[in-house]
Amino acid sequence: MPDAKQGSSIIEVGDGAAIPRPSDVGLFTAWRVAFFGALASVAYLAITRPDPYFRILTFIPDGILVTFEVTVGAILLALVIGLFAGLGRVAKNPVINGAASLYVEVIRGIPLLVQIFYIYYALGRIVHIPDLYSAVIAMAVCYGAYMGEIFRAGIQSIPRGQMEAARSLGMTHTQAMRHVVIPQAARVVLPPIGNEFIALLKDSSLVSILAVSDLLRRGREFASETFSYFETYTIVALIYLILTLFFSKLIGLLEERLSADKRTA
Amino acid sequence: MPTSARRKIVEAREVRKFFGSLRALHRVSFDVHEGEKVVVLGPSGSGKSTLLRSINGLETIDAGRIVVNGVDIHDAATDINRVREEVGMVFQSFNLFPHKTVLENLTLAQIVVRKRAKAEAVERATALLHKVGIPEKAQAYPGQLSGGQQQRVAIARSLAMGPKLMLFDEPTSALDPEMIGEVLEVMRALARDGMTMVVVSHEMGFAREVADRVIFMDGGTIVEEAPPTQFFTQPAQERTKLFLSQIL
Repeated sequence: MPDAKQGSSIIEVGDGAAIPRPSDVGLFTAWRVAFFGALASVAYLAITRPDPYFRILTFIPDGILVTFEVTVGAILLALVIGLFAGLGRVAKNPVINGAASLYVEVIRGIPLLVQIFYIYYALGRIVHIPDLYSAVIAMAVCYGAYMGEIFRAGIQSIPRGQMEAARSLGMTHTQAMRHVVIPQAARVVLPPIGNEFIALLKDSSLVSILAVSDLLRRGREFASETFSYFETYTIVALIYLILTLFFSKLIGLLEERLSADKRTA
Repeated sequence: MPTSARRKIVEAREVRKFFGSLRALHRVSFDVHEGEKVVVLGPSGSGKSTLLRSINGLETIDAGRIVVNGVDIHDAATDINRVREEVGMVFQSFNLFPHKTVLENLTLAQIVVRKRAKAEAVERATALLHKVGIPEKAQAYPGQLSGGQQQRVAIARSLAMGPKLMLFDEPTSALDPEMIGEVLEVMRALARDGMTMVVVSHEMGFAREVADRVIFMDGGTIVEEAPPTQFFTQPAQERTKLFLSQIL
């Protein structure tokens, strides 16, 4: 549909997360139905059937905290890894470029679950660090590769004239990157990084296979004690949904503010 | 003062440049003396932009020598950044930094490259914005300016470094007709101040009025080089006559 009518619901799908757009108006948007529907469902279940639903809700909050820790820790580390990978991918030096490209290609070709197992046990052979840390490192190493590609695309989206203008003023390549190219690329990469954050939040459930008590694992613990599998996973799913919808809205608003910014005119 | 007595700012000798198998520059030699204004004319693809860009090292050359301010710029031992501090470049597409205000566009390189204190950089930038006629736009972003205003800011940005030589790569080609005048006026003022200038342009009026010398290029070589009155009224080469008959 190249000509979507104004007021109709346009949802941009990235990595499975629906990002509401400014044109996505009206009282019953998909986002509102899903978000408030999920909130209402949790509240309704907890009130009408406190056993087991309210008990589940009191059991899993520390799992939500761990999920957050893994997600935020991994995204921060992945940003650092990704920035180096992205810079490496645009570097002229064949060794640096080759190393960065190899990293990206290898990581993108291995399933995340396999990587998490592998890094967890490989790290375990070398150093003894808490499970939470190796989970964060595994997630970050994987997402760093995807971040690297986002940064590469962001840097390459900045017109060549910007680098040329900066160099013509006598700046070194590094100064031009730091003051001219990267600040502009940062605006370009913010929306896709937001998408990665949401994707990572969901993928963080994979670390529950390690001995990390995240949201999903806390749910499993509760279910295996009480045998109320259906009820527990209903709540776990709804909480993941509320979290991802909340963050996708936040990112959508951030994006809107950026595009409304006079500087991008 | 005869030009031969002045110091040479640019000395290009037997410059050759290939893009793959395409001969972009072939045995190009010319000089630009201090205070001289040279306008480079030629059909598109004649190598004039490549020549201009090779003067500040944005293009590498395959053979020959370009000496700017006494420094061989394509020598591996040369710190090209030190040379570029003294050579201003104005682009067809302005290339202002869109994420910075007009004032910050003018102060960035002063602070980062020249290591000037911020107050000094701002003072200099403000004076230059007055000079190019848009002091009221200091806090605006480039995206809020017209093309003509952006190009005037771009000229001011280069001047903020205090260059000894200014290069203009088709500075008015991306502008709407009604904005060309304001940019040319700034360039005329710069010429009156005695700036050494090399201008690639299609503005014949500007060439006649401001240039000390016109260089006509075609097919990567310099076809003819003459003062503007002689160039426009009595061109020596048939190729030049043909070009002039097409554009005048």
